[in-house]
Amino acid sequence: MSKAINSIYNIRFLEELSGKETSIHRLHPLVKLLTTVAYLIGVVSFGRYEISSLLPFVFYPVLIFSLAELPVGKVLKRVLLVSPFIVGIGILNPLFEQNTIILGGIVISRGWITFLSIIIKCGLTVTASILLIATTGMDRLGAALRMLKVPKVFVLQLLLTYRYISVLIEEVSRMQRAYSLRAPGEKGIRLSVWGSFAGQLILRTFDRAQRVYQSMSLRGFTGEYNTGDIAKVRFKDFAYLAAWSLFFIIMRRYNIPMLIGSLFTGGIK
Amino acid sequence: MHMADALISPLVGVTMMAATASVAAYSIKKIQNEMDEKKIPLMGVMGAFVFAAQMINFSIPGTGSSGHIGGGILLAILLGPYAGFLTMSSILLIQALFFGDGGLLAYGCNVFNLGFFTCFIAYPLIYKWVTRKGVTAKRIFGASMFSAIIGLQMGAFSVVLETLFSGKTELPFGTFVLLMQPIHLGIGVVEGFVTATVVTFVWRARPEIIEKTAMGEALGNISMRKVLTSIIIAVIVVGGALSSFASANPDGLEWAMEKTAGTSELKASDGIHKTLSKIQNKVAFLPDYSFKTKVGKNKEEPTVQAEDSWPPINAGTSVSGIVGGTLTLLLAAFTGIIISVMKKKKRKEKSTLKEFSAR
Repeated sequence: MSKAINSIYNIRFLEELSGKETSIHRLHPLVKLLTTVAYLIGVVSFGRYEISSLLPFVFYPVLIFSLAELPVGKVLKRVLLVSPFIVGIGILNPLFEQNTIILGGIVISRGWITFLSIIIKCGLTVTASILLIATTGMDRLGAALRMLKVPKVFVLQLLLTYRYISVLIEEVSRMQRAYSLRAPGEKGIRLSVWGSFAGQLILRTFDRAQRVYQSMSLRGFTGEYNTGDIAKVRFKDFAYLAAWSLFFIIMRRYNIPMLIGSLFTGGIK
Repeated sequence: MHMADALISPLVGVTMMAATASVAAYSIKKIQNEMDEKKIPLMGVMGAFVFAAQMINFSIPGTGSSGHIGGGILLAILLGPYAGFLTMSSILLIQALFFGDGGLLAYGCNVFNLGFFTCFIAYPLIYKWVTRKGVTAKRIFGASMFSAIIGLQMGAFSVVLETLFSGKTELPFGTFVLLMQPIHLGIGVVEGFVTATVVTFVWRARPEIIEKTAMGEALGNISMRKVLTSIIIAVIVVGGALSSFASANPDGLEWAMEKTAGTSELKASDGIHKTLSKIQNKVAFLPDYSFKTKVGKNKEEPTVQAEDSWPPINAGTSVSGIVGGTLTLLLAAFTGIIISVMKKKKRKEKSTLKEFSAR
């Protein structure tokens, strides 16, 4: 049950953040979506042994965090919680990589380099996705998808799904509370009642969908999706996208940390 | 088995996105032709249902562990393959955005692995086939179990293939397959069992829901040929075009695709690239760093022959990499702190001004 509460909390937390009024939040949603995609492609396109040249990509989340006035700790906690899968796959790299490298006189498996690279990439990409939603919000993101010519059927049901998640999770919480009060000391739902437990929820869901549809029809729903007022892409938005893209390309093209490092360590003669 | 962005290459991500988009476009067309707009709220609320149902922890007897449903096959049974696929797509998008469960770039991969194989392979070929002579409780059980297992097995195998094509891990193909398939066999059995009991319950309580869906899209109506053709075309066009561009013009696409900076000196091959490298020579104050350090004093042979994407490692470059990396991170943190402090100051000034004017 705490899982249900956690996930409602998570969604509301990000939704509240997206309601802020900062320079980042005011940017056009489409521009933010495209910038995020450019960022993801930039990060992911690095080879598996790359670490130092990935680091300048930290600037993007840092700037968004501070400009959009987001709570760093609370958001990063969410990033840390995800992807046990990726750590699981990544941790196998040092085991399966036969080749070694010498780093500061110590022989280590090259797999540790790939592992670290994957972990950094994972952190950066997950942060970027969460930052997108935390600065944009689901409705405006839906509008951006419509501008990208994503069919309205898809956008509409995406937004409906999002809207009803908390409603149905609350319903599940109530059902689970009722169950646990009648079956004390049990973890989860017992095997013999799985079907009727989840099945009841389905029946309620179908009935709810019926009511939702009826009330939508009463309010004039004709299958059309209205995004409301979304301003056009202004010069400022365009400049934002262009500046970040340029930054990503430069950082992708040149290994700046290595250059800085060589400058200080005198690695270049 | 949600794939994260960190495990895939842009080429794989974009290609799978194109494949998924083609299936989604086909599904949307089908829905608009065959159904009324009534189905849209149902799809939306059912998507939310899967989310909610994932919060129900089922205790698995004898293991002490708990499982939850993935939902792909259940959605296909309740809504039909097209609406099921689209609903699964929006669930995965919300999971990626809000929970970091699966990446945005890997979104195409995830929809394909979790939605396509269940809705377009397992459902029509297995579930529909088993229940073709009418629905009974036994048939529902067998059909759900089989299609959940097969759907998950295919999805898991697809994860292996996508990961290997992306080349971000060291896992050998055989090991990865041996790791993924048995785990997902277990998950598939649980998923199949849950799906079967749930579908049986709904069928007993409200048989029209199950039967209507089953009538709506009989086996013949799903044109697998059309679906597969559109996927193949999308993959060939996008994947083929991107990868051939990458191989025909490796230097030009180097920054976007694979190679690491500093692998070797650049060979300028075409006009644009020549100008770029000229600019680089002017802009980069130390253009040949890795090459020169290699000849320099701390020359340490890499223990293995350098492979395709492995830059020559020696103490010089790794130390400067570490120093430079640390400095970059410090600089980034510093920038963030400065901006936050300035913002706070501004806010304080504003609030004091307000207080002042209020007085």
